[in-house]
Amino acid sequence: MVLQSSLKNCFQLSCILRTPKAGFRSTTCGSLIIQSISNDVYQNLAVEDWIHDHVNLENRQVLFLWRNSPAVVIGRHQNPWQECNLRLLRQKSIKLARRRSGGGTVYHDLGNINLTFFTTRKKYERMENLKLVVKALKALRPQLDVHVTDRYDILLDRQYKISGTAAKLGRTTAYHHCTLLCNADKFVLSSVLKSPYKGLKSNATPSVPASVKNLFEEDPSLTCELLLDAIAEEYATQHHIDHHITLINPADETVLPGISNKTKELQTWEWVYGKTPKFSVSTCFNMVYKDSVLDVKVDMDVKHGRIEVCNIDLPEQWLPPALCSELVKSLVGSKFCPNEITMLATTLLRMCPQDDELHNRWNLLCENMVMLM
Amino acid sequence: VCIHRVRSCSSIRFIKSKYVCVFDKSALKFSHQQRLFRTSAVSCGQIVQFKLSDIGEGITEVTVKEWYIKEGDSVSQFDSICEVQSDKASVTITSRYDGIIRKLHYNLDEIAYVGKPLVDIEIDASKGVAPEEDVVETPPMSHEEHTHQEIKGHKTLATPAVRRLAMENNIKLSEVVGTGKDNRILKEDILNYLAKQTGAILPPSPKAEIIPPLPKSETLPAAPKDKARKIPVPVSRPIVFSGKDKTEPVTGFHKAMVKTMSAALKIPHFGYCDEIDLTQLVQLREELKPLAQIRGVKLSFMPFFIKAASLGLLQYPILNASLDESCQNVTYKASHNIGVAMDTEQGLIVPNVKNVQVLSVFEIASELNRLQSLGSAGQLGTNDLTGGTFTLSNIGTIGGTYTKPVILPPEVAIGALGKIQVLPRFNGKGEVFKAQIMNVSWSADHRIIDGATMARFSNLWKSYLENPASMLLDLK
Repeated sequence: MVLQSSLKNCFQLSCILRTPKAGFRSTTCGSLIIQSISNDVYQNLAVEDWIHDHVNLENRQVLFLWRNSPAVVIGRHQNPWQECNLRLLRQKSIKLARRRSGGGTVYHDLGNINLTFFTTRKKYERMENLKLVVKALKALRPQLDVHVTDRYDILLDRQYKISGTAAKLGRTTAYHHCTLLCNADKFVLSSVLKSPYKGLKSNATPSVPASVKNLFEEDPSLTCELLLDAIAEEYATQHHIDHHITLINPADETVLPGISNKTKELQTWEWVYGKTPKFSVSTCFNMVYKDSVLDVKVDMDVKHGRIEVCNIDLPEQWLPPALCSELVKSLVGSKFCPNEITMLATTLLRMCPQDDELHNRWNLLCENMVMLM
Repeated sequence: VCIHRVRSCSSIRFIKSKYVCVFDKSALKFSHQQRLFRTSAVSCGQIVQFKLSDIGEGITEVTVKEWYIKEGDSVSQFDSICEVQSDKASVTITSRYDGIIRKLHYNLDEIAYVGKPLVDIEIDASKGVAPEEDVVETPPMSHEEHTHQEIKGHKTLATPAVRRLAMENNIKLSEVVGTGKDNRILKEDILNYLAKQTGAILPPSPKAEIIPPLPKSETLPAAPKDKARKIPVPVSRPIVFSGKDKTEPVTGFHKAMVKTMSAALKIPHFGYCDEIDLTQLVQLREELKPLAQIRGVKLSFMPFFIKAASLGLLQYPILNASLDESCQNVTYKASHNIGVAMDTEQGLIVPNVKNVQVLSVFEIASELNRLQSLGSAGQLGTNDLTGGTFTLSNIGTIGGTYTKPVILPPEVAIGALGKIQVLPRFNGKGEVFKAQIMNVSWSADHRIIDGATMARFSNLWKSYLENPASMLLDLK
């Protein structure tokens, strides 16, 4: 029952907090299995941060189970423009999050489960964790052909990736998290993870595309709940604790003090986009205006998600050169973001002569520029 | 931070005494004061090579992905230095020492090797090379804080970083309960101590008794007792105030706004304000809201304000005009593209409803809904944001009565609507009744619009809204 769990939840979590209450240091709590009641990717990532920062893992380990409503999650050092179709994400209101661990880009929805294994840095061992997952799957359905590769993926039928891994190591603690595809929307997955942006050059970590399959396709009787339960069971056995899952509410400041700040930080533009390693965009596009087709060449350097250098090559006199240079000057320092550019360009237009032709051309150019973002 | 620097260079000896005096009473509490004079003869600190420690899993090389510090920066023990990546694992490397970064051995995206130097840190000579474990320090004698500790009879274990934090906040280490190994005082302990002292500046954190509300029908009789005994007071991270000014460049959209507003102020504005009795309109809207809802549209007051403005503009087209740069020509715009100011996260944006002169109130409401949802999602297009001829700003949804709105070039007029208040007014019979009053503040370009025109337009607009039935006569 949720209610019983929330009471136990408070008790157990507080006994592993690093708060200076002498009584608790003597209490021996075993390892813990917790599950988030939220499907918000930012809140759940914040819980990972919180546990990483606040929980003393010397004598215990933690397994955190979570699922998210549709979201694309990129690795710490990745470039979202390179990894996914941001336009499609915005259209479909799919969230974009940047996690603190390394690795590649994944698509989450409620048909995908996430597992995070928290340990001290010394006990960080990804292979063991993944073997635990495989063992749990085989215990649930012995006929499943699943195994762990040396790239820390889990493959189904030696072919299809059903799990990807990433990890974060801090000074004293570490966590290893992985996904597990149960019944995710593969159609949306493949369409959002395909970047339409051309001409990007960067040193950001690239993702390695793989063929994926849902466990549900292999065995329709499998559900996320069954999988979560099986994994919790295996973890409990290996850690000699009760098979009991503590529910946790990532919005609860009393149990997780400071969590809302962490959640907010993960949602800021500066974190999601601004942490992209420096990259350059060098591309050209065609604009159809009245009866002619124009070639436009654009070169930009983007650092911390902001345009550092900008160069737009337009056919001569198509737009007054003074206006063009005004636009380019204003773009420098601006966020590499469609909304920002649209607002900037339309505001600048107020200062231009009131000429419908000019306005139409200006708007056309801006709309095309925005397509690059 | 400054104290560290001062300590390590003998040449600035004379500045030290002046420096300390600047901080009145807190200076006296600095134990470093004693040390300053002792070490003044010593030259700059020792440079230590901080090597990249073992990552685990037999990994020997990593890629440097982000530096959190640069050469010349001061670091404390446990501060983050850089982020490295190895095979899907992102690792935060923290400093083992207090000191100043003197050299970064790798650039971004270079491969760094475990066991090889990562950065060079200049640490303070007085402390020597900090060992793997935390530093144990015996504070110098003639200081009030240290007498205190002497009385307690034991050395207080704390790292230099923790000591500094305690000193900056005037905390006696002896009064802090240490929860680290061997009762060592950790940074968290100082923060928790602060939390108890400075309750006023902390974010509100409920007391132990209020933790997860359980319904009374909970069938665990032992539970409430357990709760009272075992659940501690939740500790929220107290905010240690280290107020520093932050300077940022004005870029992008804000830079464009600076240009627009500077140009707008060149327009000679004149203002005209009035009070509108919306009692009848409020009632009308109540009746029409459900009808609009059935058609899937949220009906606010704005569609009425916008339509009434358009009807007024038909009579006073000069308000829907544009003056060219040289002030030689006035262009009377045929379309009434009425802009609606919206406050978003990014700032003020003004999308406009096109051709209000041919739209019904319902159609205007529908368009507004579309613009509002695009606006809050940050997805408004160039077409929606350009071509406006007249603007209304409903600042009243946030608050306020009268304002002085600024005209948005190339327009010549703007209206700002205050909040709707219930106020007592006299009716025709001399009786007091409850009236729904809203204030409007117009600004117009005095170069081509005179007071009388603005007043008449406002009166017409007002009459349409105070008596909505009259709008029916003039609706096209």
